[in-house]
Amino acid sequence: MKRFFGKSFITALVAVLLGLLAGAVLMVFIGANPFSGYLYLFRGGLMTIERVGNTLATATPLILTGLSVAFAFRTGLFNIGAAGQMLIGGLCATAVGLTLVLPKPLLLTVMVAAAILGGAVWGLVPGLLKAKFNVHEVVATIMMNWISYWTVYYVVPAYFKGAYLETESRKISEAASLKVEWLTGLFGGSYINLGLFLALISVIVIAFIIDRTIFGYELKAVGFNRHASEYAGIKANRSIIMSMMIAGAMAGLGGATFYVGYASNIQIGVLPTQGFDGIAVSLLGGNSPWGVFGAAVFFGMLHSGKGFMNAMTRIPPEIADTIIATIIYFSATSILIERNWDKLKKRAGGAK
Amino acid sequence: MQSSMWTVIVQIFPYAIAFTIPLLITALGGLFSERSGVVNIGLEGLMVIGFFASALVISKLELALPDIAIGLGLLAAFIAGALFSLLHAFACISLNANQVISGTAINMIAGALTVFLARNMTGSGNILIIHGLVRRNVPLLCKIPVVGRLIFTQTYATTWLVLAILLVSWFLLYKTSFGLRLRACGEHPQAADSAGINVYRMRYIAVMVSGAFAGLGGAIILVTYSGEFTGTVSGLGFLALAALIFGQWKPLGILGATFFFGFASTIANVSQVIPALSRIPGILLKNFPYIITLAVLVLSSKYSQAPRAVGEPYDKAKR
Repeated sequence: MKRFFGKSFITALVAVLLGLLAGAVLMVFIGANPFSGYLYLFRGGLMTIERVGNTLATATPLILTGLSVAFAFRTGLFNIGAAGQMLIGGLCATAVGLTLVLPKPLLLTVMVAAAILGGAVWGLVPGLLKAKFNVHEVVATIMMNWISYWTVYYVVPAYFKGAYLETESRKISEAASLKVEWLTGLFGGSYINLGLFLALISVIVIAFIIDRTIFGYELKAVGFNRHASEYAGIKANRSIIMSMMIAGAMAGLGGATFYVGYASNIQIGVLPTQGFDGIAVSLLGGNSPWGVFGAAVFFGMLHSGKGFMNAMTRIPPEIADTIIATIIYFSATSILIERNWDKLKKRAGGAK
Repeated sequence: MQSSMWTVIVQIFPYAIAFTIPLLITALGGLFSERSGVVNIGLEGLMVIGFFASALVISKLELALPDIAIGLGLLAAFIAGALFSLLHAFACISLNANQVISGTAINMIAGALTVFLARNMTGSGNILIIHGLVRRNVPLLCKIPVVGRLIFTQTYATTWLVLAILLVSWFLLYKTSFGLRLRACGEHPQAADSAGINVYRMRYIAVMVSGAFAGLGGAIILVTYSGEFTGTVSGLGFLALAALIFGQWKPLGILGATFFFGFASTIANVSQVIPALSRIPGILLKNFPYIITLAVLVLSSKYSQAPRAVGEPYDKAKR
């Protein structure tokens, strides 16, 4: 419990409050009432059981991209390529879903495996380049983002063209969707799908790997100091490659939960914003799996409530993205918060 | 065959240059920042800020002041970029924040904030300008055979502005004491400090230059080939960052790298209408610049010219 309310939790909380404050200032700036704005934003995310379901469904890919970024970060790697890994994962899942005819449980298993594999390959390349040639992973993952963007751009119209639009794939069949009747029914017809359970399992598995295994310990050691860990006999190169691969796999799985769970087809010409939001999720969650989970649900609520807010007030929906971006900035400058927190504590101690 | 190839090159050259120039100025901005020791992955967002600021100013003023509206728009983008980059500078230099994370935050704030404001103004979130820059032939020089046809005909004024900035930047970085100090801050800030250089101030200046240049880059996209603010510069800022590394942190290298990207992208864009290229699958042409970048990074990684202290916050207490 003490760890839960530790310094990183406080800084995350302060960053969120500052982000919400910045959002309020913006609302006032355009002449809207921030109180009713936030009221509609939160009601839009939580008002009914259906909206709660949508919040969780929106949060699902964010949990996985957040895990992806956080996992790489533990090894000292900055995975800015979650968007591309997610997109390629989505493409793999969609391709399998539109090609194979199998009973639903089997089909879903193959689709999810394909998504994980696609994402892992997209993470493996930057990992290899980093380990073998010291190519900076930020640049490599950015390049991989664009390669997946253009791959989807050409593969989808060529092989999986939609019935009406050139810019999207055919809709997947019901058997190929992660949406299941009992869950949709339970949440009043929302977008919620089996992806949520996949995300939860991933959180548990990643938490176990990081905290309870030798492999996870080695990854963290490489993250703290690559040279020292090598000196201690850890194969740093192998850790880097594995870390990027697992990070890619998580984001790829996130792609499956989005494109064949939340949605039912894949669009071309769009890099999923969830990939970049994953950075925010990871940062706000303090790079810990359960922190990621909490942050993703919070951001999911903002995203799922913004439409309702926009309909009820005249505040543009981009306010949610602005709030999230501001939260990352304040998380990045958390040292400022920590410094003031320490000062405040000292003053309180001195007054005694 | 020879002559048709020449026609194709003549036809696509102006487009390639138009695409190169915003990349070039943005990468030059990144050069200042990284040479002083601060990674600026926020170039993308800073371009968006310039894109927005220029669209705002030009759309408001072009009817009242048709002659100078574009100039004022470019100036506004320059200033807005510099001011917005202060967020990055403050986080990275004064607070020792992780530079990549701060840059990512800059990208996200810029993208969301500008569309938020634009949507509040126009409803659609796009801002249209009526007139962009007009292409002009450079007098006399356009008569030179070959070169005149390729480089001096149908040019934008901003192209010459950016090339002038390239020259000035090279001079500033390599031929003045200011440049030497700035580079010292990126190589060995402790040594620079002990020689009496204010590392913090140099880095602030460098980051603001990068913001101003990136802002200008965004504005140039607007007044040359886009004509409309759309809320995104579709990854050009990231491409500029790659060009900076591809060009090995040197002005001329950057010129070559950005021109390569400009030319390769233009070829991919027009490949459908050119018989010689339409046989190559689009997926290969589009991915070509990115794959080449990765390949070049692999080949050049052994003798990378990266500034020694790039990405490291300067800590006075450390030696």
